[in-house]
Amino acid sequence: MAASCDSLLPLVLLLCLSAQAVDRSNFKTCDQSAFCKRQRELKPGQSPYRALLDTLELSNSRLSLQLINDNNKVRLLLELYRLQGNMTRVKINELKPLKPRYEVPDVLLSHPITEALSVVAQDENSLVVSLGGKDQRLILSAQPFRLDIVEGSQVLMSLNSRGLLAFEHLRTRKDTKSESEQATGQENVEQQTDEDGQIKEDDDKPGMWEETFKSHTDSKPNGPTSISLDFSLPGVEHVYGIPEHADTLKLKNTDGSDPYRLYNLDVFQYELHNPMALYGAVPVLISHSTDRTMGIFWLNAAETWVDISSNTAGKVRVISSEAPQTDVRWMSESGIIDVFIMLGPKPADVFTQYASLTGTQSFPPLSALAYHQCRWNYNDQEDVKTVDQGFDEHDIPYDFIWLDIEHADGKRYFTWDPSKFPQPKEMLQGLMDKRRKLVAIVDPHIKVDSGYKIHNEIRSKNFYVKNKDGGDYEGWCWPGNAGYPDFTNPEMRTWWASQFAYDQYEGSMENQYIWNDMNEPSVFNGPEVTMHKDALHGVWEHRDVHNLYGLYVQKATADGLIQRSEGVQRPFVLTRAFFAGSQRYGAVWTGDNAAEWGHLKISIPMCLSLGLVGISFCGADVGGFFKHPSAELLVRWYQAGAYQPFFRAHAHIDTPRREPWLFGPENTALIREAIRQRYALLPYWYQLFYNAHRTGQPVMRPLWVEYPDDFATFSIEDEYLIGKDLLVHPVTDEGATGVTAYLPGKGEVWYDVHTFQKHDGDQSLYIPVTMSSIPVFQRGGSIICRKDRVRRSSSCMENDPYTLYVALGSQGSAEGELYIDDFHTFSFEEAKQFVHRRLSFSANTLSSRNLAPDSQFSTASWIEKIVIFGGSQPSSATLKSADGTESALEFEFDSTLAVLTLRKPGVNAAADWTIVLR
Amino acid sequence: MTCLHLLLTLVFAVSLGTPVEIQRPRGVPLTKKQFYEESKPFTCLDGSRTIPFDRVNDDYCDCKDGSDEPGTAACPNGSFHCTNAGYRPMFIPSSRINDGICDCCDTTDEYNSGAKCENTCKELGRKEREVLQKMAEITKEGFLLKQQLIEEAKKGQQEKQSKVTDMQENKKQLDEKVEALRTVKETAEQPEKEAKERHLKAWEEQKAAIRLEKDKAKMAETFLELDDNADGFVSVSELQSHAELDPDADGTLTEIEAQGLMGGAEQVDTSTFESVWPKIKDKYHSESQAEEPAPVETPPDEVKEPVVDNDSEPYPEDDISEEEDEDDEDEDDYHEDDDKAQPTIKTPEKTHEDEEAMPPYDADTQALIDAAQKARDDFEEAEKALREMDDQIRNIEKELSFDFGPDAEFTYLYSQCYELTTSEYIYRLCPFNRVSQKPKYGGSETNLGTWGSWSGPENNKYLLMKYEQGTGCWQGPNRSTTVKLTCGKETVVTSTSEPSRCEYLMEFTTPAVCQEPANIDPSPHDHVEL
Repeated sequence: MAASCDSLLPLVLLLCLSAQAVDRSNFKTCDQSAFCKRQRELKPGQSPYRALLDTLELSNSRLSLQLINDNNKVRLLLELYRLQGNMTRVKINELKPLKPRYEVPDVLLSHPITEALSVVAQDENSLVVSLGGKDQRLILSAQPFRLDIVEGSQVLMSLNSRGLLAFEHLRTRKDTKSESEQATGQENVEQQTDEDGQIKEDDDKPGMWEETFKSHTDSKPNGPTSISLDFSLPGVEHVYGIPEHADTLKLKNTDGSDPYRLYNLDVFQYELHNPMALYGAVPVLISHSTDRTMGIFWLNAAETWVDISSNTAGKVRVISSEAPQTDVRWMSESGIIDVFIMLGPKPADVFTQYASLTGTQSFPPLSALAYHQCRWNYNDQEDVKTVDQGFDEHDIPYDFIWLDIEHADGKRYFTWDPSKFPQPKEMLQGLMDKRRKLVAIVDPHIKVDSGYKIHNEIRSKNFYVKNKDGGDYEGWCWPGNAGYPDFTNPEMRTWWASQFAYDQYEGSMENQYIWNDMNEPSVFNGPEVTMHKDALHGVWEHRDVHNLYGLYVQKATADGLIQRSEGVQRPFVLTRAFFAGSQRYGAVWTGDNAAEWGHLKISIPMCLSLGLVGISFCGADVGGFFKHPSAELLVRWYQAGAYQPFFRAHAHIDTPRREPWLFGPENTALIREAIRQRYALLPYWYQLFYNAHRTGQPVMRPLWVEYPDDFATFSIEDEYLIGKDLLVHPVTDEGATGVTAYLPGKGEVWYDVHTFQKHDGDQSLYIPVTMSSIPVFQRGGSIICRKDRVRRSSSCMENDPYTLYVALGSQGSAEGELYIDDFHTFSFEEAKQFVHRRLSFSANTLSSRNLAPDSQFSTASWIEKIVIFGGSQPSSATLKSADGTESALEFEFDSTLAVLTLRKPGVNAAADWTIVLR
Repeated sequence: MTCLHLLLTLVFAVSLGTPVEIQRPRGVPLTKKQFYEESKPFTCLDGSRTIPFDRVNDDYCDCKDGSDEPGTAACPNGSFHCTNAGYRPMFIPSSRINDGICDCCDTTDEYNSGAKCENTCKELGRKEREVLQKMAEITKEGFLLKQQLIEEAKKGQQEKQSKVTDMQENKKQLDEKVEALRTVKETAEQPEKEAKERHLKAWEEQKAAIRLEKDKAKMAETFLELDDNADGFVSVSELQSHAELDPDADGTLTEIEAQGLMGGAEQVDTSTFESVWPKIKDKYHSESQAEEPAPVETPPDEVKEPVVDNDSEPYPEDDISEEEDEDDEDEDDYHEDDDKAQPTIKTPEKTHEDEEAMPPYDADTQALIDAAQKARDDFEEAEKALREMDDQIRNIEKELSFDFGPDAEFTYLYSQCYELTTSEYIYRLCPFNRVSQKPKYGGSETNLGTWGSWSGPENNKYLLMKYEQGTGCWQGPNRSTTVKLTCGKETVVTSTSEPSRCEYLMEFTTPAVCQEPANIDPSPHDHVEL
């Protein structure tokens, strides 16, 4: 829930009263952001930068040389690394900055492993470096400076080919210059000017030393510090990523509009289809063509704008003389240029490459993948109990009930409102008795109140972010006046984590988990509803670390949950703000959406975009946060949400109640069915998250990820794949009577999971729909394990048997996986306590084989039933167990649909077995 | 754990304290026992197929209706029967079998999950009996009270009905009286009007004579003043000394202009001056001290008949509540009607009281006026009485028109109010009128809804009251309140809550919803299947 409006703040009220949609004037356009305006005024042309080849230094894995700006004689240091897994890192910093420039810490897993570089050719104006692999080389041109990455004769990517490298070097303020030259700056200035003559300072432009937006002034003591670099992608028409924006999956050309903005902001009632910044930022762009998939990871946590320009934008795709090309330009307000170029070549390779840099999705406890019931707010313990009972009365499963800000005592997080929640443990125990859980919100703004322990400790430990004058920074948020702990400080994070210990957080129990909201950070009375850029985090300005703040909040919270269980239990923490690497700490949701069909639709590309850049655990508020959904919209949203990774219903405090049973028995039944489908598929979701955790492959995927050669899939965003085996085309139109789904894959077959009907791939298929329809297809050639015995919560299904859905491909074979562990601890990782099996069907034989022989785990679950689509009727089915015993299985065959059902194999899910059909 | 071979279970049903063994598959109610015969193949209860009996409760769902697995969780649509001896038997969805949660008080649903369940049926049974007993007592007493309420309501209704009838009768008489008095009034007013007019006319004539007199005197005086040389003539030059008489207002009175005023003559004598005087008298300034300007004709004072205002008319009760008590906490406190409060009333100033007031009416006229006034007073009084009567009738009729329940048992709530004080607010329910909320420690009242309708379920709409169209919420609907009525000896608001923003729920006990106790001694203990 956002800095929406509440009665408490007349200021915010003013801000919001008129707003039915976002009040754009609260947020900067590129023109209003001084550095963006300066940078964008720079047009493509000859770069003033020249590489000084004689400064070349080459160690085994690092190449460095100096660049000089011939206009002002400022020197930069270029570093090039070849990284393991087909990646190149390009770093550019000032050779001798007046003071250090910020380099983003804590995002990379570790120092990336480098590989040997070698110079294979050199002349007076260029340098050729071998990148290994398939004849991949990097060509460095000295004047004008540019980098080209080539494979054979093909240019994959060029840097600074449009001459937009711009690096605003640190300088002393003119009015104070003489003074500082004599004092501290003297040495630096001397060093910089001794070789090529005087540094010619650019003329001051507006906003270099001070910038005002609305009533807020940014003091900018360091002056202009922005950086920019352009990347050209020949042969590329499709680029994706750089979330978070409420926009299409395929990024748009920004020539005629603002660039895409990355600056974590609490946007009240955001608008669809525009490049405005939202709550989170992942500066990763993925390019894709039928030839190759690549990625650009721009590691910078300051305000960033990304311009996309494509020579084919807006044109019908015809064979033209001009080869398609997309140009991308990154602009950041401070820090350094630190870019990771991921060379693919396949989508899966890019995901692996990016995961090797920033890590993979955390593996959530199974229950976190189940259904979540949230509302701002469940009023009191009685309310929680009533809603909990409501689910049982209506036989609808759920795992988590959520408490928003009203649960705390005066918005003092880590406390409970004494009149509404006098006995939190009693409430939590009641939920535990039903094997259910609770999430309580803990936001990072801390009420300034001398009677509040958390505040007192943070203040006394000097852990608050400071304002430019060195005092504790204070801003307005839900509790009124609030301080903001400096989460960039590791000591602060350690202390924060310790606050989740059961003996610190009174009333908490092991089935209580945490939600971090407002961690952009949201400051109601701050510029653009966030923190002043000249606020200080130790020696760094907020400007430098802004986009990283939310990641740290979630990290510290997740660490707290791990520590409270002494490292045993996997945490579950939801965050609204995020950055590259946030996938390691939990789930993300798309913030304060609205009960509108457009918002339902956009939830798909928004989560797909996040998945492409590592954040798989994504969802949108089911039903829409603001406004009141119609019954139809709510049902459709449940149906769509049931097939998105994070599945939570949520609602604004001013909306009427909307628990699933409040819309009449018919709609209750439809919602129940959608949630049940989710629960039945939990084994598949769980296995995919395990896979995402191990390999970095997204859970929810655009079609092109699995069908990279099929141009028709490149812009599809109204359907998607879960893993590679389920294709979902949710109904997102009011009054829809049908949808047209594209089934990809020449030679593939797809089975409607509800009707078992078989369809050929490589076609657009019109599917008539009713209110109960959720068009989902299983790929021929896949085996999906489900638990069809849906119970009250996922925990209740722990030991239930599996049903295997074997969808035969056109070759009559199929493959799948089954993953089982205790569903909530780290034992899978630390003690290899899990079951991971390969299920494969070929030549009329279905078998289960151990994929991890060194793992061990015993499960009570067994194989209840096997359903085979697309086969023929056998005369017998024989089960061979691991001990060699054979038994005949009964079966049924539906000849009209060609569905064979094997009755009760009964083997343990962890065992080896084979079934032979004859 | 592939199959559960335990197909049959021994079930102990407690009947009047005597245990009886009944063999049947787990989860099957006694009423369906006959369908599950161990010696025969089992036919799904929907008749869809027949399976060997060893597939009943074998933890695999064979029947579409779930009937082959009453004791396992294998079928998605199955249901499990717990006997719950000592308490109430019940069905639970079969998905709750062995899910680790104790659902049946006799623990039979958790036979293989490791859940540690305790048999709580006896305790539950005891508690339930206590509750039922208490409930029964309350119902019994409440129902008696309800009978009284019905009696009273009936009586009250009859009284009101007959009162209305009486009043209708009285009203008819009043109507006639009003008409008669109207005639009397009109008859008395005619001579009054004529006499008054006569009097006024005489006075007007008298006033005109006096004015003429005064004018003549002034003319003579002016003549003398103008005739500076006292030759008995006013000459052009003498007139010229009075520049204010300048007809074209250029500041000087020329000779020609003066001559013009004097009708072309060089001089005029007193008698000729009579024709000059009207032309100059309005402008003329006396040479002696400034005399008061010539009298302006004043219209006779309008005689203001007192406007009959309706302040005697009482408001119908519910109109008051319609007034917006709109001081909403999160609303801006802007009241646009603040500034239209006091239009500056201009009291017409008495400009001059130059002449004597009208002489008093003569005795005859006064007598006529007095008579007419009395007739008016009598008429007005009668008319007011009639209006009051009308209002009373209307109010009673309105009350009689409310739906006070099938036996008018809710009548007694009418025009009553009930309060509940919580930690923050005082809630006030005035049945059939409105619900409101007032902060305990000062602040204005918020309307949570005015009487809408009965809105209980179809079989008994009198279990819920709906109050609607209360004060509006920011970005939200108008406040509304649902009042849930339960049987109780007392008429009390027992709780209030706001389950959804601006939608309130109020619990209210009243004997009026107590149902007739079904049997004299409800004892669930005796109710055992068999």
